[in-house]
Amino acid sequence: MKRRTFLKGLASVGVMGAMGEFGISGAFAADKVKMGFIYVGPRDDYGYNQAHFEGKSAVAKQDWIKAFDEENVPETIEVIKTMESMINLDGAQVLFPTSFGYFPHILKIAEKYPKVMFLHCGGLYDASKHPKNVGSYFGYIDEPVYLSGIVAGHMSKTGKLGYIAAIPIPQVLRNINNFMIGARSVNPKATCNVVFTGGWANPVKEAESANSMVDQGIDVLTCHVDSPKVVVETAEKRGVMCCGYHTNQATLAPKGFLTGAEWNWSKVYADYAAMIKDGKTIPNLVRGGIKEGIVKSSPYGASVSEKAKKHADEVRAKFMDGSMVVYKGPIKDNKGAIVIPAGKEYKQTDIWLESMDWLVEGVVGTTKS
Amino acid sequence: MMRHLETIAIPVGAVAVSLVLFGVFITIAGANPLEVFASIYRGAFGSWFAWQDTLVRAAPLMLTALCTALPARAGLIVIGGEGAVVVGGFCAALVGIVLNGVLPPLLVISSMVLVGALAGGIWVGAAGALRHYRGVNETISSLLLNYIAIALLNFFVVGVLKDPATLNKPSTFPIGDANMIGAIGESSIHWGLGYGIIVCVALWFLMRRTTFGFGVDVVGGNVRAAQLTGLPVGRLIVSACVLGGAAAGIAGMIEVAAVHGRANTSLNAGYGYAGILVAFLARHNPIAIIPVAILLGGIRASSGVLQRAHDLPDATTLVLQGLIFVLILASEALYGRIPWLQPKAPPKEQPVMQAKEQPKEQPA
Repeated sequence: MKRRTFLKGLASVGVMGAMGEFGISGAFAADKVKMGFIYVGPRDDYGYNQAHFEGKSAVAKQDWIKAFDEENVPETIEVIKTMESMINLDGAQVLFPTSFGYFPHILKIAEKYPKVMFLHCGGLYDASKHPKNVGSYFGYIDEPVYLSGIVAGHMSKTGKLGYIAAIPIPQVLRNINNFMIGARSVNPKATCNVVFTGGWANPVKEAESANSMVDQGIDVLTCHVDSPKVVVETAEKRGVMCCGYHTNQATLAPKGFLTGAEWNWSKVYADYAAMIKDGKTIPNLVRGGIKEGIVKSSPYGASVSEKAKKHADEVRAKFMDGSMVVYKGPIKDNKGAIVIPAGKEYKQTDIWLESMDWLVEGVVGTTKS
Repeated sequence: MMRHLETIAIPVGAVAVSLVLFGVFITIAGANPLEVFASIYRGAFGSWFAWQDTLVRAAPLMLTALCTALPARAGLIVIGGEGAVVVGGFCAALVGIVLNGVLPPLLVISSMVLVGALAGGIWVGAAGALRHYRGVNETISSLLLNYIAIALLNFFVVGVLKDPATLNKPSTFPIGDANMIGAIGESSIHWGLGYGIIVCVALWFLMRRTTFGFGVDVVGGNVRAAQLTGLPVGRLIVSACVLGGAAAGIAGMIEVAAVHGRANTSLNAGYGYAGILVAFLARHNPIAIIPVAILLGGIRASSGVLQRAHDLPDATTLVLQGLIFVLILASEALYGRIPWLQPKAPPKEQPVMQAKEQPKEQPA
């Protein structure tokens, strides 16, 4: 008797829930562009995820866009459920699963929802293998990292730089090499110590590495991990300089912050939204650097010298007009072998650079983690 | 009968009180608590889609919860589920890669289950053995074994066992599509849920209906008493740890065989730690782990709806989980103290009353 009334109660709540569902979806104006964003970490990590959240917040201000997001979604079956929930409950037309490891999961469900566009950050889209409603977008963030390297080269007194990185994958190695080549264009004797922490979010190891680097006389730190907060704050606490990554960390290190490499996702997301609104076909592959406005440098910190600013701005102008080539021979790796002979150059878009497995001369460290 | 009433009424009451406190928290955070509760229900259990979402998230928690629950019955607090998931998943993937195409899929999957269970069992069993034979605190050693497991996985996945095609997300070679565990019927729930329920029921039977389970409970109740009665204490402690670790190892194997198809750092997604919460909420009873894992899976599933419909951070559901955890633990003190939940005094107790009254007459 009691159990039966309890079950009835449950059923009625279920009906109400279902009605609420329809009520909400009916209330949204049908003409709004509905965009769903998924992050692997917290929205306020001062890093990779915050950069995407800032992009989402910028497009959400438009009254013809309905943007919603979800944080801390692991790269497991849970991201599939989150994507399906956004499609089924919120009517998402386009999804931005922003973590690299989401890609195989996207491919598992993309064909089931042909009307939804799945745009993945950093994915390796291949038109011959992947469905048409999948796409990928990414930026050449190594360009602003190169500019950070120039500023670091000017500002470092000891000529010893430090790079705290997650794992030795091509993307990370390319940033390290750009930073080193940029710094050596100023100070040919500069060196850069590298530590791989083994994971994208490993705050304890990041702090340990930062401290030990400062103890070795390194006076400019930078990093490639999901949240640069720990490295930047540790550098400030120890009184050394730092360059940021992913988003602007200037407020975390008012004294020592030099500049940093940032994503400019608000532009990318606004462009996608405009394409959907106008009914245009969305390109499956979007790539670009400083010139295309997909990446940018953080504003210079107060301590940066005029000479360093001038030099970096000159090189930025070269990136803007497309005349800048970072990987121009002769370039040796840090074991002494010539990887790019004299006269040979690899432009930014060269696919060869995307399988990088070496560290440039001057970097102290190995590609093994 | 009344004893059962108490074991159900107290945890349900604790959950109810934590929901009320959570409502207060939601109000302070600036949202309407009733709407939030409706959203949690909608996201977790409000439709067939929500149920699938919940059950898929619950499946690994059932297995990782056993990794804390079984050693706990023998009196050990083990938090090494994460390491066992990683080691189990990694070793299962290795077997899958080697046997892919050599044996038929059914045998490959069976070998993966066995090796995953064995690897997880050895991993957590080591923490149990260190505790019993060397006096090493099992909580600390199992936690540190988690880090060792993750470091080993990183080492192999970035190094010798890396599939060169996985450039920016280093992973092992795939185990092959034929060797993947599929979905249950037309649903999107993979068979990992079936493994979870079967293992929970089997271990419940083992712990509640066999002399082995009774022995483990005696060891957990009082080691000295167990030694005096001649129970093989060391063997029971290590076996409980091995069984728990084996369950978590199977969870890792399922992550590989049902979700990723290869081993990579996604194995280390926090299921081992979430399982600790489930084990304590279920009071280390293997059968109670099933509903508790579904409840926690539901709360995790509803997190997305809360974020999207109410602009609340993901941490909101962590607050709810935390409140439930603290109140369930605190409510343990209430067992036997709520008068109307106690069994009515059976006639057997009367002689005791008489015995108490007798001394009054004697001094005269």
